[in-house]
Amino acid sequence: MTEVRNDLVAKRYAAERRFRFYGATALALTALFLAILLTDTVIKGIPAFHETSVELDVKVDPAEVDPNNPVGGNYDKMIKEAFRAEFPAVEGRTNQRALTALLSSGGADALRGMVVADPSIIGKTVTVPVLLSADADMFLKGMLTSQTVAPGTAALHIARLDGEEGFVLTGDKTGEEAEKELGLAPRDVVRFKGGALRVTGVENGYLKAVPVLATDPAVTTVGPGQWDIVSFSVPESNRRINDNQALWLDELKQEGRIENSFSWRFFEAGDSREPELAGIRGALVGSLLTVLVAIALALPLGIAAAIYLEEFAPKNKWTDVIEVNINNLAAVPSIIFGLLGLAVFLNFFGLPRSAPLVGGLVLALLVLPTIIIASRAALKAVPPSITEAALGVGASKQQAVFQHVLPLALPGIMTGTILGLARAFGETAPLLMIGMVAFIADIPSGFTSAATVLPVQVFLWSDLPELAFRSKTAAAIIVLLVVLFALNAAAIYLRKRFERRW
Amino acid sequence: MKRILLTASLVALTAVPALAARDQIRIVGSSTVYPFTTAVAEQFGKTSGMKTPVVEATGTGGGLKLFCAGLGEDKPDFANASRPIKKAEFETCVKNGVTEIVELEIGFDGLSVAQSKDAKPLSLTKEQLFRALAKNIPDKDGKLIPNPNKTWKDVDASLPDVKIEVLGPPPTSGTRDSFAELALEAGALKIPAMADLKKSDAKAFEAVWKSIREDGAYVEAGENDNLIVQKLVANPAALGIFGFSFVEQNANAIVDIPIDGVQATYETIADGSYKLSRPLFIYAKNQHVGKIPGIVEFIAEYVSDKAIGPDGYLAAKGLVTLPGAEADKTRAVAKNMTVLTAADVK
Repeated sequence: MTEVRNDLVAKRYAAERRFRFYGATALALTALFLAILLTDTVIKGIPAFHETSVELDVKVDPAEVDPNNPVGGNYDKMIKEAFRAEFPAVEGRTNQRALTALLSSGGADALRGMVVADPSIIGKTVTVPVLLSADADMFLKGMLTSQTVAPGTAALHIARLDGEEGFVLTGDKTGEEAEKELGLAPRDVVRFKGGALRVTGVENGYLKAVPVLATDPAVTTVGPGQWDIVSFSVPESNRRINDNQALWLDELKQEGRIENSFSWRFFEAGDSREPELAGIRGALVGSLLTVLVAIALALPLGIAAAIYLEEFAPKNKWTDVIEVNINNLAAVPSIIFGLLGLAVFLNFFGLPRSAPLVGGLVLALLVLPTIIIASRAALKAVPPSITEAALGVGASKQQAVFQHVLPLALPGIMTGTILGLARAFGETAPLLMIGMVAFIADIPSGFTSAATVLPVQVFLWSDLPELAFRSKTAAAIIVLLVVLFALNAAAIYLRKRFERRW
Repeated sequence: MKRILLTASLVALTAVPALAARDQIRIVGSSTVYPFTTAVAEQFGKTSGMKTPVVEATGTGGGLKLFCAGLGEDKPDFANASRPIKKAEFETCVKNGVTEIVELEIGFDGLSVAQSKDAKPLSLTKEQLFRALAKNIPDKDGKLIPNPNKTWKDVDASLPDVKIEVLGPPPTSGTRDSFAELALEAGALKIPAMADLKKSDAKAFEAVWKSIREDGAYVEAGENDNLIVQKLVANPAALGIFGFSFVEQNANAIVDIPIDGVQATYETIADGSYKLSRPLFIYAKNQHVGKIPGIVEFIAEYVSDKAIGPDGYLAAKGLVTLPGAEADKTRAVAKNMTVLTAADVK
């Protein structure tokens, strides 16, 4: 009789529990990291899917548009004039420039589109959404500074100092006491009907302020509730929207003129150096063309090679060498394929730089080993009894392979191919060498026109200094991830739907 | 069958180059000039009715190599450069038939050493930068020793007792080359022992200022400047090395450190009083004029007042614009397409 060693059993159970705990922890950590990564990207990227425009009533000036050539009209001038007309109090070149800087340089596109579609509106006044610049857009989304508006509770007296710049603010008291009584701090902006002043601080016993907007000198007393204190978390010198620009945008917002809409432009436009105009259409089309070339080349070559190696090739030294080399190729760093592409396709064959054709050729070489290996595995998984049965009833070897083995292996081959495709979709390094890491504004029109691809677009945007490109980068990552998820989901679906287990 | 496929695809490949003539300008080169040239390219594409030029960021050296590889449709028409063309590169150009190169200075780029807004403001000299970052520095007797400085206080008693930690670009970057040249070489020359070394053994001197320490005080943070900004915010004790436009755009998070008492601003960079700055160039192939459409018009757009002028759109993108007289000089070169001669290249 063997003795029951309960202590050993307990130890074994404990070891197993520990192992399960380690496994669960590893899984939880992975999930946590993934969740952090995704949430961060999504939070950063969401603002880029919305754009902000201002509704303007623009007179389509017949002097600026030729009805026979509506595309060439000076619409920029029209929207700028319409925008200035909204703020008649803004005078002086610097202020007017600050005002029109709120509009995007592509702000006139919508108006141009309307006139081109219907030239009969020339001479009429139309309401048109005008896109705002990236800085204005980010300010309105609260990404530049947070802003609080509090109504003034006490009566405010404003006096202009003789022979000195600026204004003096007093409540019932003066100086620091006025600061407390009025609830003001340096940098706060006091806004009232007829002007706006920025508090600079207490000086010589007076609470002083400088004008932000042109201030009516006739206004000397503003009652409680008639004025606001606007304060910003980020000082003016550290943000790209000045106090006066912020107040103008606020005014438009209160009038309900600011429109926040889904940014179709992000999916319809090519690359641009203006963040609010930049879109991923060019990169998406480029990716599509590139992957199309890659798949058109890699799929037939890969499957043919796999069938030959698996079913027909004699097993000898040479096929062993080939097999080892295919496995090695699958592990070669992708930049090497880029160098190969540069040397062979560009320098030797003289193909054009930056073309999806060359990108596709390079990526085809890159995914070829993956496809061959996956296809061979799928062919190997088909039981030999299928072939034997076919051969037994008199089929030739070729008939057995093409009519019986290949159809059964196809789901596995497809899965492998789609995974290879996903890899090709996410690749940047080999494209660097063949000139696809480039600023290309036009949407590529064919396999030989200059193009870039989605991951390269992410890389290029991530390196630009403009703050607004950060959310564009994250948004492009989201689109890339969605495409990759869709590809992987397709692979899983194909496997589940058609795969046969033996 | 495979062989037939292979041959067929090779034949297909060789047939493709018989394409229509290129009708799009191609530009390669420096990633520092890239944000500016792309802005001009976009404007040009919008206003000229011609195709938007393709701008590749290959780095100055890689760009000039492609540019100098010869003439023809498969070679670029322009090269962006964050330094003047070198003699060797010019000779390669000439050897490959690119004899008519037009050099256009378009503005300046400032290099900033910046810190987080939350940190205690520092002010540094170039000599202090050299003593903090060089791999080997001279001791009291002028003998080279591995850099012993751990904190800024070790470098100079007037500086705070904070660990030296500088985030900067890796050796592949042109920004790093410029930083070594403008800050570390100049800083080294302030030390008498190093000035003597330069006279006696120029090679050895070069090795001293070109080698940046590898013991963790200098952290290679990759080419992505946005990443360095985020790291500085997370770690206020660290400093970062940037292009000036990044400091400008991220003024809410980081602040520029005065070097030798001079803060980097548009004015100090343009008038040369801020020393960590370099001129930016584009190089054009005069021999491509007339063969590739739009070259003259593209140059005209680039040197126009609305682009490189003081209120131009490149200034809004962070370019430090040329002072009036130099801008006029660039415009004269552009107008006459003055060709670079061997005597102009150093």
